[in-house]
Amino acid sequence: MNLVERILAAHSGRSKVSPGDFIMPRLDLILANDITAPLAIKEFRRLGLKRVFDPGKIVFVPDHFTPNKDIPSAEQAKMVREFAREQGIIYFEVGRLGIEHVLLPEQGLVLPGEVVIGADSHTCTYGALGAFATGMGSTDIAMAMATGDTWMKVPETIKVIYHGRVGQWVGGKDLILYTIGQIGVDGALYAALEFSGEAVKNISMDGRFTMANMAIEAGAKAGIFEVDEKTLLYLKPRAKRPYAVYQGDNDAEYSRVIEFDVSSIEPQVSLPHSPANAVPLSKTKGVKIDQVVIGSCTNGRLEDLEIAARILEGAKIHPDVRLIVIPGSSKVYLDALKEGLIEIFVSAGAVVSPPTCGPCLGGHMGILAAGEKCLSTTNRNFVGRMGHPSSEVYLSNPAIAAASAIAGQITGPEEVIQGD
Amino acid sequence: MVIRGRAHKFGSNIDTDGIIPARYLNVSEPEELARHCMEDVDPDFLKKMEPGDVIVAGANFGCGSSREHAPLAIKAAGISCVIASSFARIFYRNAINIGLPLLESGEAYQRIEEGDILEVDLENGTIKDVNKGVTLTAKPYPPFMREIISSGGLVEYTRRRIKGLDGN
Repeated sequence: MNLVERILAAHSGRSKVSPGDFIMPRLDLILANDITAPLAIKEFRRLGLKRVFDPGKIVFVPDHFTPNKDIPSAEQAKMVREFAREQGIIYFEVGRLGIEHVLLPEQGLVLPGEVVIGADSHTCTYGALGAFATGMGSTDIAMAMATGDTWMKVPETIKVIYHGRVGQWVGGKDLILYTIGQIGVDGALYAALEFSGEAVKNISMDGRFTMANMAIEAGAKAGIFEVDEKTLLYLKPRAKRPYAVYQGDNDAEYSRVIEFDVSSIEPQVSLPHSPANAVPLSKTKGVKIDQVVIGSCTNGRLEDLEIAARILEGAKIHPDVRLIVIPGSSKVYLDALKEGLIEIFVSAGAVVSPPTCGPCLGGHMGILAAGEKCLSTTNRNFVGRMGHPSSEVYLSNPAIAAASAIAGQITGPEEVIQGD
Repeated sequence: MVIRGRAHKFGSNIDTDGIIPARYLNVSEPEELARHCMEDVDPDFLKKMEPGDVIVAGANFGCGSSREHAPLAIKAAGISCVIASSFARIFYRNAINIGLPLLESGEAYQRIEEGDILEVDLENGTIKDVNKGVTLTAKPYPPFMREIISSGGLVEYTRRRIKGLDGN
Protein backbone atom coordinates (compact mmCIF):
# COMPACT_ATOMS: atom_id res chain seq x y z
CA MET A 1 0.00 0.00 0.00
CA ASN A 2 1.10 3.58 -0.57
CA LEU A 3 1.02 6.31 2.08
CA VAL A 4 -2.60 7.33 1.42
CA GLU A 5 -3.82 3.72 1.47
CA ARG A 6 -1.95 3.01 4.72
CA ILE A 7 -3.62 5.94 6.46
CA LEU A 8 -7.09 5.11 5.13
CA ALA A 9 -6.76 1.40 6.00
CA ALA A 10 -5.71 2.26 9.56
CA HIS A 11 -8.75 4.52 9.93
CA SER A 12 -11.25 2.00 8.64
CA GLY A 13 -10.17 -1.00 10.64
CA ARG A 14 -8.96 -2.88 7.60
CA SER A 15 -5.64 -4.54 6.96
CA LYS A 16 -5.74 -3.46 3.32
CA VAL A 17 -7.58 -1.02 1.09
CA SER A 18 -7.30 -0.56 -2.68
CA PRO A 19 -8.30 2.28 -5.00
CA GLY A 20 -12.04 2.15 -5.68
CA ASP A 21 -12.96 0.59 -2.31
CA PHE A 22 -15.79 2.35 -0.46
CA ILE A 23 -14.82 2.85 3.16
CA MET A 24 -16.11 4.67 6.25
CA PRO A 25 -12.95 6.05 7.88
CA ARG A 26 -13.18 7.48 11.39
CA LEU A 27 -12.24 11.15 11.45
CA ASP A 28 -9.66 12.90 13.60
CA LEU A 29 -10.83 16.42 12.82
CA ILE A 30 -13.79 18.08 11.11
CA LEU A 31 -13.64 21.69 9.99
CA ALA A 32 -16.05 24.37 8.78
CA ASN A 33 -15.94 28.14 8.33
CA ASP A 34 -18.37 31.08 8.43
CA ILE A 35 -19.63 30.36 4.90
CA THR A 36 -19.97 26.59 5.06
CA ALA A 37 -20.84 26.02 8.73
CA PRO A 38 -24.27 27.73 8.58
CA LEU A 39 -25.52 25.20 6.00
CA ALA A 40 -23.90 22.37 7.97
CA ILE A 41 -25.63 23.50 11.17
CA LYS A 42 -29.01 23.57 9.40
CA GLU A 43 -28.49 20.03 8.07
CA PHE A 44 -27.25 18.79 11.45
CA ARG A 45 -30.43 20.13 13.07
CA ARG A 46 -32.50 18.16 10.56
CA LEU A 47 -31.14 14.95 12.08
CA GLY A 48 -32.84 15.84 15.35
CA LEU A 49 -29.72 15.10 17.40
CA LYS A 50 -28.92 17.19 20.45
CA ARG A 51 -25.15 16.76 20.52
CA VAL A 52 -22.30 16.41 18.04
CA PHE A 53 -20.27 13.18 18.29
CA ASP A 54 -17.22 14.83 19.87
CA PRO A 55 -16.89 18.64 20.19
CA GLY A 56 -13.14 18.29 20.70
CA LYS A 57 -12.77 17.00 17.15
CA ILE A 58 -14.74 19.74 15.43
CA VAL A 59 -13.30 23.18 14.65
CA PHE A 60 -15.14 26.27 13.42
CA VAL A 61 -13.06 29.14 12.05
CA PRO A 62 -14.92 32.28 10.93
CA ASP A 63 -12.30 33.45 8.45
CA HIS A 64 -13.98 34.17 5.11
CA PHE A 65 -16.15 37.28 5.50
CA THR A 66 -14.64 38.40 8.81
CA PRO A 67 -14.25 40.87 10.41
CA ASN A 68 -17.88 40.83 9.21
CA LYS A 69 -18.23 42.68 5.94
CA ASP A 70 -21.98 43.27 6.09
CA ILE A 71 -25.11 42.42 8.06
CA PRO A 72 -25.84 39.04 6.41
CA SER A 73 -22.20 37.93 7.03
CA ALA A 74 -22.50 39.05 10.63
CA GLU A 75 -25.66 36.96 10.99
CA GLN A 76 -23.89 33.92 9.56
CA ALA A 77 -20.89 34.40 11.87
CA LYS A 78 -23.26 34.78 14.83
CA MET A 79 -25.00 31.51 14.00
CA VAL A 80 -21.64 29.72 13.83
CA ARG A 81 -20.46 31.26 17.10
CA GLU A 82 -23.67 30.35 18.95
CA PHE A 83 -23.66 26.76 17.73
CA ALA A 84 -20.00 26.39 18.71
CA ARG A 85 -20.79 27.68 22.21
CA GLU A 86 -23.83 25.45 22.57
CA GLN A 87 -21.89 22.34 21.55
CA GLY A 88 -18.48 23.18 23.02
CA ILE A 89 -16.89 22.99 19.56
CA ILE A 90 -13.34 24.34 19.18
CA TYR A 91 -13.85 27.91 18.01
CA PHE A 92 -11.54 30.77 17.16
CA GLU A 93 -12.76 34.35 17.42
CA VAL A 94 -11.75 37.34 15.31
CA GLY A 95 -8.50 38.74 16.69
CA ARG A 96 -7.43 35.35 17.95
CA LEU A 97 -7.65 33.38 14.75
CA GLY A 98 -6.28 33.02 11.29
CA ILE A 99 -7.17 31.67 7.90
CA GLU A 100 -8.22 28.12 8.79
CA HIS A 101 -5.47 26.34 6.85
CA VAL A 102 -2.75 28.57 8.28
CA LEU A 103 -4.21 28.38 11.76
CA LEU A 104 -4.88 24.68 12.32
CA PRO A 105 -1.33 23.37 11.66
CA GLU A 106 0.11 26.31 13.61
CA GLN A 107 -2.08 25.37 16.60
CA GLY A 108 -1.04 21.72 16.40
CA LEU A 109 -4.62 20.68 15.65
CA VAL A 110 -3.71 18.55 12.63
CA LEU A 111 -1.07 15.84 12.89
CA PRO A 112 0.57 13.25 10.66
CA GLY A 113 -1.35 10.09 9.84
CA GLU A 114 -4.71 11.68 10.59
CA VAL A 115 -7.83 11.80 8.45
CA VAL A 116 -9.32 15.28 8.32
CA ILE A 117 -12.30 16.60 6.39
CA GLY A 118 -13.28 20.23 6.06
CA ALA A 119 -16.06 22.17 4.43
CA ASP A 120 -13.50 24.09 2.45
CA SER A 121 -11.80 22.87 -0.68
CA HIS A 122 -8.35 23.87 0.55
CA THR A 123 -8.53 21.43 3.46
CA CYS A 124 -6.02 19.42 1.41
CA THR A 125 -3.37 21.82 2.80
CA TYR A 126 -2.77 19.49 5.78
CA GLY A 127 -1.27 16.88 3.48
CA ALA A 128 1.98 18.81 4.03
CA LEU A 129 2.04 17.22 7.50
CA GLY A 130 1.50 13.70 6.18
CA ALA A 131 -2.22 13.73 7.00
CA PHE A 132 -4.97 12.64 4.62
CA ALA A 133 -7.09 15.77 4.39
CA THR A 134 -9.85 16.52 1.94
CA GLY A 135 -12.55 19.10 1.26
CA MET A 136 -16.24 18.30 1.25
CA GLY A 137 -19.52 20.18 1.30
CA SER A 138 -21.63 21.30 4.23
CA THR A 139 -24.00 18.30 4.33
CA ASP A 140 -21.10 15.83 4.42
CA ILE A 141 -19.58 17.83 7.27
CA ALA A 142 -22.91 17.96 9.11
CA MET A 143 -23.34 14.20 8.97
CA ALA A 144 -19.74 13.67 10.08
CA MET A 145 -20.38 15.97 13.06
CA ALA A 146 -23.08 13.51 14.03
CA THR A 147 -21.30 10.21 13.42
CA GLY A 148 -17.55 10.91 13.51
CA ASP A 149 -17.02 9.17 10.20
CA THR A 150 -17.78 9.70 6.52
CA TRP A 151 -17.99 7.65 3.36
CA MET A 152 -15.10 7.81 0.98
CA LYS A 153 -13.86 6.08 -2.12
CA VAL A 154 -10.19 5.14 -1.76
CA PRO A 155 -8.50 7.28 -4.41
CA GLU A 156 -5.87 6.28 -6.88
CA THR A 157 -2.59 8.01 -6.10
CA ILE A 158 -0.40 9.86 -8.56
CA LYS A 159 3.19 10.20 -7.45
CA VAL A 160 4.97 13.36 -8.54
CA ILE A 161 8.75 13.30 -8.19
CA TYR A 162 10.60 16.60 -8.39
CA HIS A 163 14.27 16.20 -9.27
CA GLY A 164 16.99 18.78 -8.93
CA ARG A 165 17.29 21.88 -6.80
CA VAL A 166 15.19 24.95 -7.47
CA GLY A 167 16.77 28.28 -8.30
CA GLN A 168 16.54 31.56 -6.40
CA TRP A 169 13.01 33.02 -6.16
CA VAL A 170 11.50 29.65 -7.05
CA GLY A 171 9.52 27.98 -4.26
CA GLY A 172 6.62 25.69 -3.47
CA LYS A 173 4.18 28.00 -5.26
CA ASP A 174 6.13 27.73 -8.49
CA LEU A 175 6.38 23.94 -8.29
CA ILE A 176 2.65 23.54 -7.80
CA LEU A 177 1.70 26.10 -10.48
CA TYR A 178 4.11 24.35 -12.84
CA THR A 179 2.57 20.96 -11.97
CA ILE A 180 -0.99 22.19 -12.54
CA GLY A 181 0.17 23.77 -15.79
CA GLN A 182 1.53 20.41 -16.90
CA ILE A 183 -1.32 18.11 -15.83
CA GLY A 184 -4.27 20.53 -16.05
CA VAL A 185 -7.08 21.50 -13.68
CA ASP A 186 -8.52 17.99 -13.86
CA GLY A 187 -5.17 16.20 -14.17
CA ALA A 188 -5.62 14.57 -10.76
CA LEU A 189 -9.44 14.39 -10.66
CA TYR A 190 -10.60 11.98 -7.93
CA ALA A 191 -6.95 11.04 -7.24
CA ALA A 192 -4.48 11.86 -4.49
CA LEU A 193 -1.19 13.55 -5.34
CA GLU A 194 1.90 12.38 -3.46
CA PHE A 195 4.69 14.94 -3.69
CA SER A 196 8.23 13.61 -3.41
CA GLY A 197 11.79 13.95 -4.66
CA GLU A 198 14.92 15.88 -3.80
CA ALA A 199 13.51 19.28 -4.74
CA VAL A 200 10.59 19.13 -2.30
CA LYS A 201 12.69 17.63 0.47
CA ASN A 202 14.65 20.88 0.32
CA ILE A 203 11.53 23.01 0.50
CA SER A 204 10.44 24.50 3.83
CA MET A 205 7.27 23.44 5.64
CA ASP A 206 5.63 26.72 4.60
CA GLY A 207 6.44 25.88 0.98
CA ARG A 208 5.00 22.39 1.38
CA PHE A 209 1.75 23.80 2.79
CA THR A 210 1.54 25.95 -0.35
CA MET A 211 1.95 22.89 -2.58
CA ALA A 212 -0.53 20.65 -0.76
CA ASN A 213 -2.96 23.59 -0.59
CA MET A 214 -3.25 23.78 -4.36
CA ALA A 215 -3.65 20.03 -5.01
CA ILE A 216 -7.38 20.76 -5.37
CA GLU A 217 -6.53 23.08 -8.28
CA ALA A 218 -5.52 19.95 -10.21
CA GLY A 219 -8.82 18.36 -9.18
CA ALA A 220 -7.13 16.19 -6.54
CA LYS A 221 -8.88 14.76 -3.51
CA ALA A 222 -5.73 15.23 -1.44
CA GLY A 223 -2.09 16.22 -1.74
CA ILE A 224 0.34 14.55 0.61
CA PHE A 225 4.01 14.50 1.66
CA GLU A 226 5.87 11.83 3.59
CA VAL A 227 6.89 12.92 7.07
CA ASP A 228 10.60 13.79 7.37
CA GLU A 229 12.91 15.63 9.77
CA LYS A 230 11.47 19.00 8.73
CA THR A 231 7.95 17.83 9.53
CA LEU A 232 9.01 16.50 12.93
CA LEU A 233 10.85 19.71 13.74
CA TYR A 234 7.74 21.73 12.81
CA LEU A 235 5.54 19.55 14.99
CA LYS A 236 7.77 19.43 18.05
CA PRO A 237 6.59 22.67 19.68
CA ARG A 238 3.04 22.36 18.33
CA ALA A 239 1.70 18.81 18.61
CA LYS A 240 -0.40 18.43 21.73
CA ARG A 241 -1.29 14.76 21.33
CA PRO A 242 0.49 11.66 20.07
CA TYR A 243 0.41 10.79 16.41
CA ALA A 244 1.37 7.94 14.11
CA VAL A 245 3.72 8.31 11.18
CA TYR A 246 2.85 6.13 8.18
CA GLN A 247 5.01 5.25 5.23
CA GLY A 248 4.21 3.71 1.91
CA ASP A 249 5.58 0.23 1.17
CA ASN A 250 8.61 -0.08 -1.07
CA ASP A 251 6.46 -1.83 -3.67
CA ALA A 252 3.55 0.60 -3.27
CA GLU A 253 1.42 1.04 -6.35
CA TYR A 254 0.57 4.31 -8.04
CA SER A 255 -1.83 4.93 -10.91
CA ARG A 256 0.79 7.17 -12.47
CA VAL A 257 4.29 8.44 -11.70
CA ILE A 258 5.23 11.85 -13.05
CA GLU A 259 8.80 13.12 -12.91
CA PHE A 260 9.92 16.71 -13.32
CA ASP A 261 13.42 18.13 -13.38
CA VAL A 262 12.84 21.51 -11.76
CA SER A 263 16.42 22.75 -11.53
CA SER A 264 15.95 25.15 -14.41
CA ILE A 265 12.32 26.23 -14.05
CA GLU A 266 11.61 29.93 -13.70
CA PRO A 267 9.15 31.45 -11.26
CA GLN A 268 5.69 30.69 -12.64
CA VAL A 269 2.77 33.03 -13.29
CA SER A 270 -0.71 31.67 -13.99
CA LEU A 271 -2.54 33.88 -16.45
CA PRO A 272 -6.27 34.59 -16.20
CA HIS A 273 -8.59 32.67 -15.83
CA SER A 274 -7.17 29.32 -14.78
CA PRO A 275 -4.41 28.16 -12.43
CA ALA A 276 -3.41 25.78 -15.24
CA ASN A 277 -2.40 28.75 -17.43
CA ALA A 278 1.05 28.69 -15.82
CA VAL A 279 3.85 30.27 -17.84
CA PRO A 280 7.47 31.16 -16.98
CA LEU A 281 7.79 34.68 -15.56
CA SER A 282 9.81 35.82 -18.58
CA LYS A 283 6.79 35.16 -20.83
CA THR A 284 4.49 37.52 -18.96
CA LYS A 285 6.76 40.39 -17.91
CA GLY A 286 5.42 43.88 -18.49
CA VAL A 287 1.73 43.27 -17.77
CA LYS A 288 0.57 46.43 -15.98
CA ILE A 289 -1.26 45.79 -12.71
CA ASP A 290 -3.58 47.79 -10.46
CA GLN A 291 -3.37 45.69 -7.34
CA VAL A 292 -1.17 43.10 -5.64
CA VAL A 293 -2.33 40.76 -2.89
CA ILE A 294 0.13 38.89 -0.68
CA GLY A 295 -1.61 36.48 1.69
CA SER A 296 -4.22 33.67 1.81
CA CYS A 297 -4.18 30.03 2.89
CA THR A 298 -1.75 29.49 0.03
CA ASN A 299 0.88 32.14 0.77
CA GLY A 300 0.03 33.96 4.00
CA ARG A 301 2.62 32.31 6.25
CA LEU A 302 5.65 33.91 7.89
CA GLU A 303 8.14 32.76 5.26
CA ASP A 304 5.96 34.30 2.55
CA LEU A 305 5.95 37.66 4.32
CA GLU A 306 9.70 37.43 4.97
CA ILE A 307 10.37 36.90 1.27
CA ALA A 308 8.13 39.83 0.32
CA ALA A 309 9.75 42.08 2.94
CA ARG A 310 13.24 41.31 1.67
CA ILE A 311 12.23 42.78 -1.66
CA LEU A 312 10.13 45.66 -0.30
CA GLU A 313 12.63 46.88 2.30
CA GLY A 314 13.50 50.49 1.58
CA ALA A 315 11.46 50.49 -1.63
CA LYS A 316 8.29 52.31 -2.59
CA ILE A 317 5.28 50.73 -4.18
CA HIS A 318 4.49 52.00 -7.66
CA PRO A 319 2.11 55.00 -7.51
CA ASP A 320 -0.50 53.21 -9.65
CA VAL A 321 -0.56 50.04 -7.51
CA ARG A 322 -2.34 49.10 -4.28
CA LEU A 323 -0.48 46.42 -2.32
CA ILE A 324 -2.56 44.50 0.22
CA VAL A 325 -0.64 42.30 2.66
CA ILE A 326 -2.67 39.81 4.70
CA PRO A 327 -0.87 37.87 7.44
CA GLY A 328 -2.48 34.43 7.58
CA SER A 329 -3.04 34.35 11.34
CA SER A 330 -2.69 36.40 14.49
CA LYS A 331 0.54 34.55 15.19
CA VAL A 332 1.94 35.26 11.73
CA TYR A 333 0.93 38.91 12.21
CA LEU A 334 2.68 39.13 15.58
CA ASP A 335 5.81 37.34 14.36
CA ALA A 336 5.94 39.65 11.34
CA LEU A 337 5.56 42.63 13.65
CA LYS A 338 8.43 41.45 15.88
CA GLU A 339 10.65 40.88 12.85
CA GLY A 340 9.95 44.40 11.60
CA LEU A 341 8.17 43.16 8.47
CA ILE A 342 4.97 45.11 9.08
CA GLU A 343 6.95 48.34 9.28
CA ILE A 344 8.62 47.51 5.97
CA PHE A 345 5.25 46.93 4.32
CA VAL A 346 3.61 50.07 5.65
CA SER A 347 6.67 52.23 4.91
CA ALA A 348 6.67 50.94 1.35
CA GLY A 349 3.07 52.08 0.98
CA ALA A 350 1.21 48.80 1.50
CA VAL A 351 -1.92 48.30 3.54
CA VAL A 352 -1.82 45.47 6.08
CA SER A 353 -5.12 43.69 6.59
CA PRO A 354 -6.23 41.59 9.52
CA PRO A 355 -6.07 37.83 8.88
CA THR A 356 -8.97 36.96 6.56
CA CYS A 357 -9.66 35.17 3.28
CA GLY A 358 -10.99 38.57 2.17
CA PRO A 359 -10.17 39.40 -1.44
CA CYS A 360 -9.03 35.88 -2.41
CA LEU A 361 -12.63 34.88 -3.05
CA GLY A 362 -13.94 38.35 -3.78
CA GLY A 363 -15.29 38.79 -0.27
CA HIS A 364 -13.91 42.13 0.91
CA MET A 365 -10.61 43.94 1.65
CA GLY A 366 -9.60 44.58 -1.95
CA ILE A 367 -12.30 43.88 -4.51
CA LEU A 368 -11.45 44.68 -8.13
CA ALA A 369 -13.39 47.09 -10.35
CA ALA A 370 -14.27 46.33 -13.98
CA GLY A 371 -11.20 45.73 -16.10
CA GLU A 372 -8.68 45.91 -13.25
CA LYS A 373 -5.74 43.53 -13.08
CA CYS A 374 -4.32 41.99 -9.92
CA LEU A 375 -1.24 39.88 -9.28
CA SER A 376 -2.00 37.69 -6.32
CA THR A 377 -0.33 34.99 -4.24
CA THR A 378 -3.72 33.29 -3.79
CA ASN A 379 -4.88 30.06 -5.40
CA ARG A 380 -7.60 30.78 -7.96
CA ASN A 381 -7.96 33.20 -10.83
CA PHE A 382 -11.36 32.19 -12.17
CA VAL A 383 -13.62 34.78 -13.84
CA GLY A 384 -14.91 37.19 -11.19
CA ARG A 385 -12.96 35.48 -8.40
CA MET A 386 -11.70 38.77 -6.89
CA GLY A 387 -14.42 41.12 -7.99
CA HIS A 388 -15.98 42.34 -11.23
CA PRO A 389 -16.38 39.60 -13.86
CA SER A 390 -14.23 41.61 -16.26
CA SER A 391 -11.35 41.97 -13.78
CA GLU A 392 -8.33 39.70 -14.13
CA VAL A 393 -6.21 37.82 -11.61
CA TYR A 394 -2.66 36.55 -12.20
CA LEU A 395 -1.17 34.08 -9.70
CA SER A 396 2.43 34.03 -8.49
CA ASN A 397 4.72 33.50 -5.52
CA PRO A 398 5.28 36.30 -2.93
CA ALA A 399 8.65 37.37 -4.37
CA ILE A 400 7.22 38.05 -7.82
CA ALA A 401 4.21 39.75 -6.22
CA ALA A 402 6.39 42.08 -4.13
CA ALA A 403 8.70 42.95 -7.02
CA SER A 404 5.74 43.63 -9.30
CA ALA A 405 4.14 45.92 -6.72
CA ILE A 406 7.27 48.09 -6.90
CA ALA A 407 7.53 47.99 -10.68
CA GLY A 408 3.81 48.50 -11.40
CA GLN A 409 3.98 45.61 -13.80
CA ILE A 410 4.71 41.91 -13.58
CA THR A 411 8.43 41.49 -13.05
CA GLY A 412 11.07 39.55 -11.09
CA PRO A 413 12.94 40.61 -7.93
CA GLU A 414 16.27 41.04 -9.73
CA GLU A 415 14.72 43.92 -11.69
CA VAL A 416 13.84 45.92 -8.59
CA ILE A 417 16.43 45.01 -5.93
CA GLN A 418 19.17 47.59 -5.94
CA GLY A 419 22.77 46.99 -5.01
CA ASP A 420 22.62 43.21 -5.25
CA MET B 1 -38.79 9.57 -13.21
CA VAL B 2 -38.46 11.07 -16.67
CA ILE B 3 -37.35 14.67 -16.98
CA ARG B 4 -38.14 16.68 -20.10
CA GLY B 5 -36.34 19.92 -20.72
CA ARG B 6 -34.25 22.03 -23.04
CA ALA B 7 -30.44 21.72 -23.07
CA HIS B 8 -28.27 24.66 -22.06
CA LYS B 9 -24.68 24.00 -23.07
CA PHE B 10 -21.54 25.11 -21.29
CA GLY B 11 -17.88 24.27 -21.87
CA SER B 12 -15.35 22.48 -19.67
CA ASN B 13 -14.06 23.46 -16.22
CA ILE B 14 -17.12 25.48 -15.22
CA ASP B 15 -16.06 26.51 -11.71
CA THR B 16 -18.13 27.14 -8.61
CA ASP B 17 -17.31 30.87 -8.70
CA GLY B 18 -19.02 30.93 -12.09
CA ILE B 19 -21.99 28.91 -10.82
CA ILE B 20 -22.48 31.11 -7.76
CA PRO B 21 -20.00 33.96 -7.17
CA ALA B 22 -18.68 34.19 -3.61
CA ARG B 23 -20.01 37.74 -3.29
CA TYR B 24 -23.46 36.17 -2.83
CA LEU B 25 -22.39 33.66 -0.17
CA ASN B 26 -23.31 35.92 2.72
CA VAL B 27 -26.65 34.08 2.67
CA SER B 28 -27.45 30.40 2.26
CA GLU B 29 -31.14 30.37 1.32
CA PRO B 30 -31.44 28.40 -1.94
CA GLU B 31 -33.98 30.85 -3.47
CA GLU B 32 -31.61 33.77 -2.89
CA LEU B 33 -28.66 31.86 -4.36
CA ALA B 34 -30.76 30.83 -7.37
CA ARG B 35 -31.16 34.48 -8.39
CA HIS B 36 -27.44 34.56 -9.27
CA CYS B 37 -27.07 31.08 -10.76
CA MET B 38 -24.37 31.01 -13.51
CA GLU B 39 -24.23 34.82 -13.38
CA ASP B 40 -20.52 35.21 -14.20
CA VAL B 41 -20.61 32.52 -16.89
CA ASP B 42 -23.72 33.74 -18.72
CA PRO B 43 -25.48 36.80 -17.27
CA ASP B 44 -28.62 35.98 -19.31
CA PHE B 45 -28.86 32.35 -18.23
CA LEU B 46 -31.83 32.84 -15.92
CA LYS B 47 -33.74 34.69 -18.64
CA LYS B 48 -33.12 31.89 -21.14
CA MET B 49 -33.92 28.90 -18.97
CA GLU B 50 -37.23 27.45 -17.86
CA PRO B 51 -37.92 25.17 -14.90
CA GLY B 52 -37.12 21.59 -15.82
CA ASP B 53 -34.31 22.51 -18.23
CA VAL B 54 -31.02 20.66 -18.25
CA ILE B 55 -27.42 21.90 -18.05
CA VAL B 56 -25.06 20.06 -20.40
CA ALA B 57 -21.34 20.66 -19.88
CA GLY B 58 -17.87 19.33 -20.64
CA ALA B 59 -15.22 17.99 -18.28
CA ASN B 60 -14.69 18.87 -14.61
CA PHE B 61 -18.04 20.64 -14.04
CA GLY B 62 -18.17 22.33 -10.63
CA CYS B 63 -14.42 22.58 -10.02
CA GLY B 64 -13.03 24.92 -7.38
CA SER B 65 -14.59 25.61 -4.05
CA SER B 66 -16.44 23.17 -1.77
CA ARG B 67 -19.47 25.45 -1.58
CA GLU B 68 -22.65 23.42 -1.48
CA HIS B 69 -24.30 26.69 -2.47
CA ALA B 70 -23.39 25.79 -6.09
CA PRO B 71 -25.65 22.74 -6.55
CA LEU B 72 -28.24 24.43 -4.29
CA ALA B 73 -28.34 27.45 -6.64
CA ILE B 74 -28.70 25.24 -9.71
CA LYS B 75 -31.44 23.13 -8.14
CA ALA B 76 -33.39 26.11 -6.78
CA ALA B 77 -33.14 27.87 -10.15
CA GLY B 78 -35.24 24.98 -11.48
CA ILE B 79 -32.62 23.00 -13.39
CA SER B 80 -33.74 19.38 -13.28
CA CYS B 81 -30.36 17.72 -13.79
CA VAL B 82 -26.80 18.32 -14.97
CA ILE B 83 -25.17 16.18 -17.66
CA ALA B 84 -21.39 16.52 -18.02
CA SER B 85 -18.40 14.63 -19.41
CA SER B 86 -17.06 14.58 -15.84
CA PHE B 87 -17.69 16.31 -12.53
CA ALA B 88 -15.33 17.80 -9.97
CA ARG B 89 -15.24 15.54 -6.93
CA ILE B 90 -16.67 17.81 -4.23
CA PHE B 91 -19.42 19.13 -6.50
CA TYR B 92 -20.40 15.54 -7.28
CA ARG B 93 -20.77 14.65 -3.60
CA ASN B 94 -22.63 17.86 -2.82
CA ALA B 95 -25.12 17.40 -5.65
CA ILE B 96 -25.92 13.83 -4.63
CA ASN B 97 -26.25 14.91 -1.00
CA ILE B 98 -28.76 17.66 -1.73
CA GLY B 99 -30.68 15.76 -4.42
CA LEU B 100 -29.58 17.40 -7.66
CA PRO B 101 -29.34 14.55 -10.21
CA LEU B 102 -26.11 14.30 -12.20
CA LEU B 103 -25.39 12.22 -15.26
CA GLU B 104 -21.91 11.56 -16.55
CA SER B 105 -21.59 11.13 -20.29
CA GLY B 106 -18.91 12.42 -22.62
CA GLU B 107 -20.93 11.31 -25.62
CA ALA B 108 -23.92 13.35 -24.49
CA TYR B 109 -21.73 16.44 -24.33
CA GLN B 110 -20.43 15.75 -27.84
CA ARG B 111 -23.81 15.15 -29.46
CA ILE B 112 -26.30 17.38 -27.66
CA GLU B 113 -26.61 20.91 -29.00
CA GLU B 114 -27.83 24.08 -27.32
CA GLY B 115 -31.63 24.13 -27.24
CA ASP B 116 -32.18 20.43 -27.98
CA ILE B 117 -35.13 18.88 -26.19
CA LEU B 118 -33.98 16.12 -23.84
CA GLU B 119 -35.83 13.32 -22.10
CA VAL B 120 -33.80 11.99 -19.22
CA ASP B 121 -34.73 8.79 -17.41
CA LEU B 122 -32.93 9.01 -14.09
CA GLU B 123 -33.78 5.43 -13.15
CA ASN B 124 -32.05 3.95 -16.19
CA GLY B 125 -29.55 6.74 -16.76
CA THR B 126 -30.71 7.23 -20.34
CA ILE B 127 -30.66 10.55 -22.14
CA LYS B 128 -32.85 10.91 -25.22
CA ASP B 129 -32.13 13.83 -27.52
CA VAL B 130 -35.53 14.34 -29.14
CA ASN B 131 -34.15 16.65 -31.86
CA LYS B 132 -31.42 14.22 -32.87
CA GLY B 133 -33.47 11.09 -32.32
CA VAL B 134 -30.68 9.40 -30.38
CA THR B 135 -30.65 7.81 -26.95
CA LEU B 136 -27.44 7.80 -24.88
CA THR B 137 -26.61 6.05 -21.64
CA ALA B 138 -24.83 7.73 -18.74
CA LYS B 139 -22.25 6.03 -16.54
CA PRO B 140 -24.16 4.30 -13.73
CA TYR B 141 -23.77 5.46 -10.12
CA PRO B 142 -21.64 3.20 -7.89
CA PRO B 143 -23.91 0.97 -5.73
CA PHE B 144 -22.97 2.84 -2.57
CA MET B 145 -24.13 6.15 -4.04
CA ARG B 146 -27.35 4.58 -5.25
CA GLU B 147 -28.02 3.67 -1.63
CA ILE B 148 -27.68 7.33 -0.63
CA ILE B 149 -29.90 8.44 -3.51
CA SER B 150 -32.56 5.83 -2.78
CA SER B 151 -32.55 6.85 0.90
CA GLY B 152 -33.53 10.35 -0.25
CA GLY B 153 -30.16 12.04 0.26
CA LEU B 154 -27.36 11.90 2.79
CA VAL B 155 -29.34 13.29 5.72
CA GLU B 156 -31.95 10.53 5.46
CA TYR B 157 -29.23 7.94 4.87
CA THR B 158 -27.42 9.07 8.03
CA ARG B 159 -30.66 9.19 10.02
CA ARG B 160 -31.20 5.52 9.19
CA ARG B 161 -27.62 4.68 10.03
CA ILE B 162 -27.89 6.37 13.43
CA LYS B 163 -31.10 4.50 14.19
CA GLY B 164 -29.35 1.27 13.16
CA LEU B 165 -26.39 2.06 15.38
CA ASP B 166 -28.66 2.85 18.33
CA GLY B 167 -30.52 -0.42 17.83
CA ASN B 168 -27.35 -2.46 18.13
